[in-house]
Amino acid sequence: MSSTTATATTNLWNGGQSPFKVSYGKLMMWIFLLSDAFTFSALLVSYGMIRFSSESWPVPEEVFSAIPFWHINAPLVFVGLMTFVLILSSVTMVLAVEAGSRMDRKGVEKWMFWTIIGGVIFLSCQAWEWSHFIHGTGLGGASLSWNEYGPPDFAAFFFFITGFHGTHVLSGVVLNYIIYYNTVRGVYDKRGHYEMVEKVGLYWHFVDLVWVFVFTFFYLV
Amino acid sequence: MNTEENNITVLPVNKAKVRHLIKIALYLFVVTAFEFLIAFTLPSGGLKTSIFVIMTIVKAYYIVSEFMHLGHEVKGLRWAVIFPLILVVWLIIALLMEGSYIHIANFL
Repeated sequence: MSSTTATATTNLWNGGQSPFKVSYGKLMMWIFLLSDAFTFSALLVSYGMIRFSSESWPVPEEVFSAIPFWHINAPLVFVGLMTFVLILSSVTMVLAVEAGSRMDRKGVEKWMFWTIIGGVIFLSCQAWEWSHFIHGTGLGGASLSWNEYGPPDFAAFFFFITGFHGTHVLSGVVLNYIIYYNTVRGVYDKRGHYEMVEKVGLYWHFVDLVWVFVFTFFYLV
Repeated sequence: MNTEENNITVLPVNKAKVRHLIKIALYLFVVTAFEFLIAFTLPSGGLKTSIFVIMTIVKAYYIVSEFMHLGHEVKGLRWAVIFPLILVVWLIIALLMEGSYIHIANFL
């Protein structure tokens, strides 16, 4: 039966090795992100359904046309800035992963620091935008049940979708900070690899990915 | 407590890899800038929406494939992540059709 043993050792699915050639933790992160993708899809698609079934719907670029400090009409400028900040923080994250793959602690520290800063800037922008949207232009603003710009559903979806995404960004910033802290403490140098940076990096890129969709379907279309 | 005590060798920066990542980032910025251009120049309608959807899928492809490295993983993992998303395609079709019919029933 030597042929059976030969096939048993070469078969990817007989255990003892990862058929996907990734670690357990990374695979679980992918499965989690897949489930999270379904949650965000459900939110965005139900937004689409309510929009399709409504009598009228506001033009988003006319609703989100304010920027801090200047009292001018600047449609999409502020949310565009937020998009650029989030993409930039994704770039600094891949550079942190690249540094980690070379065991470069100083590099990981530097790039993780900028990634955290990017996340904090994004969250601050979102806080400003929420506050501006809630206070409105003197016609009652917006809440989960009232919306001066159009149907109340529009405001409810805005709070749910950007709020759910913002919660993800907040968790991402906390996770990034823990990684940064562990890096500074030399935890990954002792462990001998920086795979945690990759795993949290996957999560951070996912948050950026979701924003790409929220940006298109909430602000552009 | 410097790193030499732990016998850690720091490799030099992989310049080709960093250049590749910067290139992907530039694509993302260019596509986003293009979206802005479209947002202010084209009238609302099917064409504009289609362009936005295609641009979004292009950006999603670059983020997932390059930044999240999925494009360089083994085939099994790639499909394990991509294939279940077919359910989302069904959800989009089902709910958007349902929404249109509710609109017709209520307002037309």
